[in-house]
Amino acid sequence: MPFIPHTEKEVKEMLDAIGVSSIEDLFDEIPPELKAVSIDAVPSTQSEMDVSRLMMERAEEDGRQLSFIGAGAYEHHIPAAVWELTTRGEFYTAYTPYQAEASQGTLQLLYEYQTMMSRLNGLDVSNASLYDGASGLAEAVLMAVRANRKSKSKKILMPKTVHPHYRKTVEAIVNKQDIKLEILDYDATGGHLSPEQLPQSPGDFAALVIPQPNFFGVMEDVDMLTDWAHSHGALVIAVVNPIALALLQPPGEWGENGADIACGEGQPLGIPLSSGGPYYGFMCCKQALVRQMPGRIIGKTLDMDGKPGYTLTLQAREQHIRRSKATSNICTNQGLMITASTIHMAILGAHGLEEAAATSNENTNTLIDKLTALPGVEKVFERPVFHEAVLKFDTPLKDVLRALNAQNLIGGYSLEDEYPELDNALLVCATETKTQADIDTYVNHLERILSKQETVKCPVSPKI
Amino acid sequence: MLIFEQSKAGRKDGPGKRKKKQGSAIPKNFLRKQSAGLPEVSELQAVRHYTRLSQKNFSIDTHFYPLGSCTMKYNPRACNSLAMLPGFLNRHPLSPDMFGQGVMACLYELQEMLKEVTGMNAVSLTPAAGAQGEFAGMAMIRAYHDAQGDTARTEVLVPDAAHGTNPASAVMCGYTVREIPTSSNGDVDVDELKKVVGPQTAGLMLTNPSTVGVFDRNIQEISSTVHKAGGLLYYDGANLNAILGKVRPGDMGFDVIHMNLHKTFSTPHGGGGPGAGPVGVSERLTPFLPVPMVAHDGDEYRWLTEKDCPQTIGRLSAFMGNTGVLLRAYVYARLLGKEGMIRVSEYSTLNANYMMAEMKKKGFDLAYPDRRATHEFIVTMKRQAKELGTNTMDFAKRLLDYGFHAPTTYFPLLIPECLLIEPTETEDKDTLDAFIDTMEKILKEAQENPEQLKDAPHTLPVRRLDDVRAARELDLAWKAE
Repeated sequence: MPFIPHTEKEVKEMLDAIGVSSIEDLFDEIPPELKAVSIDAVPSTQSEMDVSRLMMERAEEDGRQLSFIGAGAYEHHIPAAVWELTTRGEFYTAYTPYQAEASQGTLQLLYEYQTMMSRLNGLDVSNASLYDGASGLAEAVLMAVRANRKSKSKKILMPKTVHPHYRKTVEAIVNKQDIKLEILDYDATGGHLSPEQLPQSPGDFAALVIPQPNFFGVMEDVDMLTDWAHSHGALVIAVVNPIALALLQPPGEWGENGADIACGEGQPLGIPLSSGGPYYGFMCCKQALVRQMPGRIIGKTLDMDGKPGYTLTLQAREQHIRRSKATSNICTNQGLMITASTIHMAILGAHGLEEAAATSNENTNTLIDKLTALPGVEKVFERPVFHEAVLKFDTPLKDVLRALNAQNLIGGYSLEDEYPELDNALLVCATETKTQADIDTYVNHLERILSKQETVKCPVSPKI
Repeated sequence: MLIFEQSKAGRKDGPGKRKKKQGSAIPKNFLRKQSAGLPEVSELQAVRHYTRLSQKNFSIDTHFYPLGSCTMKYNPRACNSLAMLPGFLNRHPLSPDMFGQGVMACLYELQEMLKEVTGMNAVSLTPAAGAQGEFAGMAMIRAYHDAQGDTARTEVLVPDAAHGTNPASAVMCGYTVREIPTSSNGDVDVDELKKVVGPQTAGLMLTNPSTVGVFDRNIQEISSTVHKAGGLLYYDGANLNAILGKVRPGDMGFDVIHMNLHKTFSTPHGGGGPGAGPVGVSERLTPFLPVPMVAHDGDEYRWLTEKDCPQTIGRLSAFMGNTGVLLRAYVYARLLGKEGMIRVSEYSTLNANYMMAEMKKKGFDLAYPDRRATHEFIVTMKRQAKELGTNTMDFAKRLLDYGFHAPTTYFPLLIPECLLIEPTETEDKDTLDAFIDTMEKILKEAQENPEQLKDAPHTLPVRRLDDVRAARELDLAWKAE
């Protein structure tokens, strides 16, 4: 029997010890009419060999394309050691370190993670992760509303240059608490939040969200925006890419006083794409706000002998103590993912991250230069980008993308649904994983597709 | 020693001159002035450091881990290796459906299997953990009432024994929480429930089997009481392991349920997560399910999004929740099949009842001695605390010395000095016996030499830690001396 170790003799001994004659007797407190259950639609047990074969066949169908999509999830090289170590049973099969003395491995690692993230973000403290970047931003919004005691309103200024899925997630999570998101448009030329887009008399608002780089890959004027928000008594929530932070000014140093809260998607730091998860959301803040921070936090302390050790701390914020008055309902976090990220950052170091960031920037610029050299392809925004950019096509984008798919190539993320005003716009990304040959493959296919008067309408499924 | 303390400036450059820093296309005013200050160690140093750290952990793979309410059962290795096949790992979440038929087939079938074992009408897999599933469930209850124009329902009922996430989730959905007491036999106090239920009741959140380790025998009466008042019933699936294939929440009358796949479907706990908290709903709540979900049209799988589900409560994460966790649960479900699922509840219940019976024989007090255990049970150390001056935490820490992870301590809050013990179905009788013998031995120590307990643990990398100091003198990030 899979994963059940009992022998028949043992079962008998155990039933005797309990004083019942069958296992079924142990369910005698359940009303009998509820027990007439059938779960026949569940398939029968299969051997590991059979399930392996099924899964290998299915995995073959997915994920073997040359891909130029970013849009919130980025392909970066992950050293083999990262997941070899992360999936060690001692990390993989432990739980939340409630018994600190028996969890010093995980706890010290999380303390190292907090240190790395707070340095990367230039802020005092980090928590030990939230579910993902989008839900993390929702938590940051709730935190800002709690923390900004000067603001009476529950209004948040949210630029349209924040990832559309993040905006939707924030809306879904905070709208039950009367929090209003006021959407700020972007500058049509720069693709950023320019002073003209800021409300002239914003009134009372709790926080401004600032993405860097923004969803279009464009760099925002973070110093100006931070100072503007602070001058109106609001807090600043930074949404940042952790790989970009290896090169870019950290949120804690934005403007005169720095962003108050920084959050973002941790996936670029050693987490595979995996169709969208598990990833993790990171969150850092200024020391003064730490008691409003959601999620688990690890602190260093001393044991009875005066020896240093690590433990969960500030638990009075959390649901298992505060219940309905907790800072969040979060309990389980993404511990294993930040285990991987910590190891990833340790192996790469700041130099490794800087190189990944710089090469991604370079590759993307090369890709944009080569693609926009083709007739009918233009760059939409003129501001500098990090590792993504928006391109505009003068032919129907859907057809172009399908023709590329037929070549087993994913050309980017179409903005048609989320930003219809941009008209046939495509968000492209080339990280350090793309070679010059990969970029040329894209350019050559696109050139050929665009040069045909009529693009391929219905491609056959690609052979993988 | 921390990884930072092994760092040496220049180690990453190696001998010779470092190449010119790249990133010149980014204007200077956007760049950071100082490097991020991450450690500079060799790959070997990192591997050795984190291998050694891992060895300071207790885990299921190394220790019996009877942490009540957490279902720390064996995490089959096949679930991990098959979820980490390159085709699955490399798929971008926004890549076209034609390049995701493999993973979508798995997710679709998982939706169908979870529907069947819970008796619900439809399932969405996207919530990233139990608490997010709770949020989704309560948000759907609110969306349902709102859609009915029934906006006077502002209150959610939660038993006092519930997980802290329940009231916290209800509050995140804009509700006020009213606690319902637990009666002395462990069931919800139905008389009290009847007193407080009314037109202001949006719903009741219930864990059944409950957090006190018993199956609520009055579930049908509870269900009809809440429904008659126009409220909905929320099922916290934390203890689904105890009834898998035996009883279904849908048949008990629940309108919405979350499942913790990291418990019942044996995905790893990972030192704190990731989990996965799919939600299942009855027919009337189906339009409100969170997106995305997977549909099967003809020969193709496709994502259901806001366009297909206009009444959805929306998105809970940027993409598809914890897909990799869902794949692990899918593999586990296929390995078990329906036969194996029924065995899960049978043998987890057998193990818990056996331990409960034996511990009683050894002189421990049970919180509910007249009840059957479900897949977990509660021992209360109130008497020992009073007579011997050794509390539950002392027993828990001493267990660590003997190589057992402690059960859950001091939860549920309503039972003083409690240990919530959940052995799971994957532990063999010898392990259970060894744990019981050790508890007996510690009880003897408590009588003869209580200091042994109060100073415990003695054999771990650190002795008992000062939590008060940790909270008062906050040290949350390392700084060079």
